[in-house]
Amino acid sequence: MSDIVIRVENLSKEYRLGDIGHGSLHRDMQSWWARIRGKDDPNSRIDTSGSAKRNKNESFWALRDVSFDVCQGEVLGIIGKNGAGKSTLLKILSRITAPTTGTIKIKGRIASLLEVGTGFHPELTGRDNIYLNGSILGMKKREIDAKFDEIVKFAEVEKFIDTPVKRYSSGMYVRLAFAVAAHLEPEILIIDEVLAVGDADFQKKCLGKMGEVAKGGRTVLFVSHNMGAVQNLCPKTILLDKGNIKAYSITNNVIEEYLFSKKIDYNTIDLQNHRPSWAIPIIKSARILDKNGKVVNSFPIGADIIIELFFNVDTYPKLKVPVMGVVINHSTFGAVTAVNTRMTGHFSYESSCSSGFIRCTIEQTPFVQGLYYVDVWLGDDKMDLDTLTGYLFFNIEATDIYKSGRIPFSDLGVIYLKPSWQFIPDSRSVL
Amino acid sequence: MNTEDKEKNWTTIISPRSGWLNINLRELWWYRDLIMLFVRRDFVSQYKQTILGPLWFLIQPLMSTLVFTVIFGTIAQIPTDGLPQVMFYMAGITSWTYFANCFTKTSNTFIGNAAIFGKVYFPRLAVPVSIVISNLITFAIQFGLFIVFLLYFYFKGSSIQPNMWILLTPLLLVQMAALGLGVGILVSSMTTKYRDLSHAVGFGVQLWMYVTPVVYPLSQIPEKWRWLSALNPMTAIVESFRYAFLGAGAIQPWVMGVSIGMTTLFLILGIILFSKVEKTFIDTV
Repeated sequence: MSDIVIRVENLSKEYRLGDIGHGSLHRDMQSWWARIRGKDDPNSRIDTSGSAKRNKNESFWALRDVSFDVCQGEVLGIIGKNGAGKSTLLKILSRITAPTTGTIKIKGRIASLLEVGTGFHPELTGRDNIYLNGSILGMKKREIDAKFDEIVKFAEVEKFIDTPVKRYSSGMYVRLAFAVAAHLEPEILIIDEVLAVGDADFQKKCLGKMGEVAKGGRTVLFVSHNMGAVQNLCPKTILLDKGNIKAYSITNNVIEEYLFSKKIDYNTIDLQNHRPSWAIPIIKSARILDKNGKVVNSFPIGADIIIELFFNVDTYPKLKVPVMGVVINHSTFGAVTAVNTRMTGHFSYESSCSSGFIRCTIEQTPFVQGLYYVDVWLGDDKMDLDTLTGYLFFNIEATDIYKSGRIPFSDLGVIYLKPSWQFIPDSRSVL
Repeated sequence: MNTEDKEKNWTTIISPRSGWLNINLRELWWYRDLIMLFVRRDFVSQYKQTILGPLWFLIQPLMSTLVFTVIFGTIAQIPTDGLPQVMFYMAGITSWTYFANCFTKTSNTFIGNAAIFGKVYFPRLAVPVSIVISNLITFAIQFGLFIVFLLYFYFKGSSIQPNMWILLTPLLLVQMAALGLGVGILVSSMTTKYRDLSHAVGFGVQLWMYVTPVVYPLSQIPEKWRWLSALNPMTAIVESFRYAFLGAGAIQPWVMGVSIGMTTLFLILGIILFSKVEKTFIDTV
């Protein structure tokens, strides 16, 4: 039985909306003066009954009675929609704000990465910033001394280490910031979406480093919108919904529950979470449809699936020939297939249009039952401009495709075949 | 099994509210590297890409002394207890500047650092403490300048008599640091709710200087109003500083007592409010 290192008990956090004082001493004095004279507060909201009354119900519970334990060495994912309480939970865990009720008990040093590069000072050199940022994150000076060369090497900034960071390219800046963070060695590490930094290569390096940290026996809490990353790193996951824990179980089950609780609730606020920092936001929406054009996210084996995106290039008028790409990933096997119109040939397009839908119809999908994520890409003839990764998904239901009462294997690959079998008797063996 | 034992092993317990005087000095000590790095950052970044660099530390008191000597000494002809005007004003400015810097800069702790405080935890008190320390460097440089002038006037045979009270200078510094920190974090805690206070700070410091005997000696205040002046903790500090190095002034022990009392009061009030605000201020900023 492993040790419990984080125990969250009945944690709640209330945010008061509106009236948190009036923001100025003058009006607070006015309210106070009115109250001691027994008059109506001139600054409170006037409600429908006509008399001005202090409305105490205007509050919002970002977390409500959340309790869970985390054991030593566990790598725990935390997922949920925007506003589900993930960030609030992280903020309380990392002691940025205090809970309204409830307690958290922690065993060991805790460090949180809610953002990389916190406290970087542009005038200071790379060297100074490593020390400053490292100690803000909770490292002692001699720990940084010991790790210094490793950090510089990881960030690939050896030549510029004594240059003020304001002269760094944004890539170098982010690399240095992540390198410091990646070399923290607390017993408990809290990470929020830091993977969305840098170019693709560096992201891969970061993911690798995170995996290393996770395997190194440290306790990690990882909040992300990237289901693939959660699935890769975290055996167990918590699903938060409206401030409550909706599920706390094996990651695959939780993710499935999450995706289906999300229903077909495609909203644009969500899009930004699925976009790397370099992307130009020209994809305005994306959906998965069945062959009748209905929004659906569960299909029988062999169904036709339509992946549709809506784009608008008013902000990027250079786009002459839009190229759409689709990458289909299986929830455990990873990338399954990818296709784009550069390889298949373009669809017909009127270049006078600055916006429109592009539909990619995949007839008779060859996939077995399981959960699939779709990454959509949009670019022009030369380069990719925008992508949404892990935003769209569909489920293939186990279907009796062979009409035999049996379903295809789902753990031995992702495609099904419709073979024809034939027996050819060995004539020599005929008696 | 032995849950009792395990309960005791928690290193951190996060709970909604804490006691009144909840400053964790051990934790602050643990973060001493960070405090020193903040000091370094403030010092290095302050004068980077300025032409004169750290020379500004000297230009500020020199110019102020010059202006005060001309305006208050020559034009307004305010008496200086028989001391050379330059030395009189410089003593006042050197000690006042340290306090004023501590106060002004710590009063911006929460608002100015909201971005960092919103992302990572470290004892919030590390920031104002580092400010008080980095201003000590400024003070040391300006104090050096003051000593150079002091020696010059002394050997020129002016009527200044440095005396044993000089040994109290470190205590005066500690008191100024404590007062600047106390008032600064008090104001800083209140600015999280009342933004308009931050506008008042710059102006308030200026007014405060005029009620402190910086440009006039305490002896110019009529006897019956001395008690009022004594309520200002800076009165005793500036006057003692001047008395120690120049040998003239009207400082009385009870005034020093009141000053120490007021300093302690401000510091405790500041810490109480600070530790109350630091836990959730990020929700309201």
